[in-house]
Amino acid sequence: MFGNLDLETLQKLWWLLASVVGSLFLFLTFVQGGQTLIWQLGKTEREKSLIINSIGRKWELTFTTLVLFGGALFAAFPKFYATSFGGAYWVWIAILFTFIVQAVSFEYRKKPGNLFGPLVYEAFLFINGAVGILLIGTAVGTFFTGSNFVLNEYNLVSWTNPLRGLEAANNIFNISLGLFLVFNARVLGALYLLNNIDFTGMDNFKKRTRNAVLANFIAALPFLLVVLIGLLTMDGYGVDPATGTIFIVPFKYLKNLIEMPMVLVILLAGLGLVIFSVYIAWFQNKDHGIWFGGLGTVLVGLAVFFTAGYNNTAFYPSKADIQSSLTIFNASSSHYTLTAMTYVALIIPVVLAYIAYVWKQMDSKKLRAEELEGPEAQENY
Amino acid sequence: MLEQIDLSTVNWARAQFALTAMYHWLFVPLTLGLTFLCAFFETIYVKTGKEEWKELTKFWMKLFGINFAIGVATGIILEFEFGTNWANYSWMVGDIFGAPLAIEGIVAFFLEATFFAVMFFGWNRVSKGFHLLSTWMVAIGSNLSALWILVANGWMQFPTGMAFNPDTARFEMKNFFEVVLSPYAISKFTHATTSGFALSSFFVIAVASYYLARQRHVLMAKRSIAVASVFGLVASLMLAFTGDEAAYVDAQHQPMKLAAMEGLWDGSYNAPVVAFGIVNGMKEPGDFQDPFVVEFKVPGLLSLLANRQSGSFVPGINDLVFGNKEQGIMGVTEMIERGKLAVKYLDEYKKAKKQGDMSAASSALAQFNKYKDFLGYGHLNTPKEAVPPVSITFYSFHIMAAVGTAMIAIFILFLFHSIRGTLERATWLYPIGIIFFVLAFMAGEAGWVVAEVGRQPWAIQGLLPVSVARTDIAPVNVKLTFFMFLVTFTLLLIAEIRIMLKQIQLGPKEVK
Repeated sequence: MFGNLDLETLQKLWWLLASVVGSLFLFLTFVQGGQTLIWQLGKTEREKSLIINSIGRKWELTFTTLVLFGGALFAAFPKFYATSFGGAYWVWIAILFTFIVQAVSFEYRKKPGNLFGPLVYEAFLFINGAVGILLIGTAVGTFFTGSNFVLNEYNLVSWTNPLRGLEAANNIFNISLGLFLVFNARVLGALYLLNNIDFTGMDNFKKRTRNAVLANFIAALPFLLVVLIGLLTMDGYGVDPATGTIFIVPFKYLKNLIEMPMVLVILLAGLGLVIFSVYIAWFQNKDHGIWFGGLGTVLVGLAVFFTAGYNNTAFYPSKADIQSSLTIFNASSSHYTLTAMTYVALIIPVVLAYIAYVWKQMDSKKLRAEELEGPEAQENY
Repeated sequence: MLEQIDLSTVNWARAQFALTAMYHWLFVPLTLGLTFLCAFFETIYVKTGKEEWKELTKFWMKLFGINFAIGVATGIILEFEFGTNWANYSWMVGDIFGAPLAIEGIVAFFLEATFFAVMFFGWNRVSKGFHLLSTWMVAIGSNLSALWILVANGWMQFPTGMAFNPDTARFEMKNFFEVVLSPYAISKFTHATTSGFALSSFFVIAVASYYLARQRHVLMAKRSIAVASVFGLVASLMLAFTGDEAAYVDAQHQPMKLAAMEGLWDGSYNAPVVAFGIVNGMKEPGDFQDPFVVEFKVPGLLSLLANRQSGSFVPGINDLVFGNKEQGIMGVTEMIERGKLAVKYLDEYKKAKKQGDMSAASSALAQFNKYKDFLGYGHLNTPKEAVPPVSITFYSFHIMAAVGTAMIAIFILFLFHSIRGTLERATWLYPIGIIFFVLAFMAGEAGWVVAEVGRQPWAIQGLLPVSVARTDIAPVNVKLTFFMFLVTFTLLLIAEIRIMLKQIQLGPKEVK
């Protein structure tokens, strides 16, 4: 069935699948956003507990989605995996570190004997939510602004900047994208909490959460603006599909959006949905904004990844040696592997279906404070 | 191919991989087995409807959760370490190796991640039946993840279902099913998971023995031991069986590893197993030193285990290094010569192609194809490099095998007293249960040392030595991250053990 597809179609398909996973991850960063809100919104132990237990039941989904994003890129675009992880060493190590400490923090924070005390684990969660997402955004920024590497004739990578990837932070576009993602995650986090927690008798807590939606959205706007203006005005890296030669194209990403109007529609729809989610949460006092904000984030993510990789664009450009830049054509796995993986991908709808089903089962009743403390308390973080 | 080989980067990267893998394996086996034990306990609860079984299940689940979190923390680093420290590896074999990692994410990790939340927080949110299903899903999910990562590991030990593409300078997959169903994949999966089951059974037995010794939670402890000793006994028997299979596939495909496991320097017919021995660590290939300071041998047993044919020939390290014409074994010396030719012709092919000289390119390619099977050896300089550290491999193997064998007897003892109802009187058995929990950890780690140290210097057996597989990076970076991981994981381990001990001390909720 898929064996008849040509290599180019498979490469495009796998860029689509990787983009979907990456974009779903961005939606699921409501967990990380929530982690940065623990201290700000949780004024009492009970409120803190509610926040942590609300997002704590989803952290593994986010974590797993990130791992799958890495795994899918490894399987489908191994040259990117080798070049970026081996090259931009310190960025990835820093990101991984924030996820290592996250993984134990929910479970260990309140347990007796945890060595550091709850505050340290809360700090771990904050670092993961703030620094982790900032760095991920910065790394995604290099999809447009480029990195410093050279590939030799055996496709083996040498990084030409001693900061090994951290130099990406010295770029206003990359940093703005990172900060936009951090504040967007905080918007999503607050929206998720609004929808997931039963705020009965805690009006102030709910008000704080609602305020956080608007405040973080406003904080995100200037960074979004920098990113959008940057994206629409910067030169980009195009590839000649016939020869594989990479060259600078003025206004490449603006051209991509014009030449792929669907992507432009997706981008605008995504941004519109995020704005709509804030609108209904703040102006209409609705609690279910997360669904619009989440879908909006997924769409914005898709638009970003599509702009980076489709329309004969180098998605991981090299500033040091432009011909070393990676495209979905030169970085991909073989026809055989992509075909085999496409068969495996058939199971993805099943996975999404059971996740959605379990999500519904678990979240149909809102989280009440009584579940966390007192005589009817259940297992909790 | 790689002009400036910086050995210290390789060695720090190896050390880091060993560190992270060994830390990860402190937590994974407990996850693999304890999740099934929780599923058994909960199944009994659902069948009997007795609240004591529910509290018993919840207690073991709590310990499972504490362990699971740190398993996740140490696991993420392993996946990405292939990229950060082994970038050349990631490119050269990513076409094959990436697939199982991605599949692991799709089919296994999401099962775990999704149903884990139900298992812990769903007691009052979903039906009894759906909760039980969720617990089983976590058990299946974690073991499926073991399957896929061990398929990947098995492929590193026995690369199959692929071919080298000189144009991309990488290995490409040709047959997915050969990769997934390779004898190594099956052997690694069955041996590693059953070792996890046995270790987890000892975990339950050790904690329950502690309660029995203190005369606390006696009924809960006896019930836990009853289930764990059955599971442990079945697992340990399977472990012995799969261990035999693992040694057999090693003999067929990694004879150097097998020779190191047994400290066999000179091959022979009717080769012995060394039941106990002290290795002469100074011995080198080709010298005439005695391989052992002391040894007790069981004649003929190795021939039987390795080839399933009594009296058959088992090659030793010297046969494999220097070759043995009589047995048709090509020595490493000759393989290196051929490998150097493969490297040379690949280089010529690349250059000719770049210059557009197609006739030179095709003749270089024809030459390369003659020697391509030895490409990996072309990166070795001396035959000695092909010999893994013999002492470490030997001792690790023998510790693993001894503990693994003794386990069976210990499980039988616990099961015997459990059936007879004499557990409370068999106080002498409690410390043995606790000691064997620690020994089982050592055996598991030793097993991985055999598997990984025993195949050095290869990242991919025979095809890609670690010196080529590494990232081009200054050693100080890898050294720094090594210590970052060491400190972080050690602190988290201390936290984990303290939390675990505290929870064990608190014990399960008693049902009135």
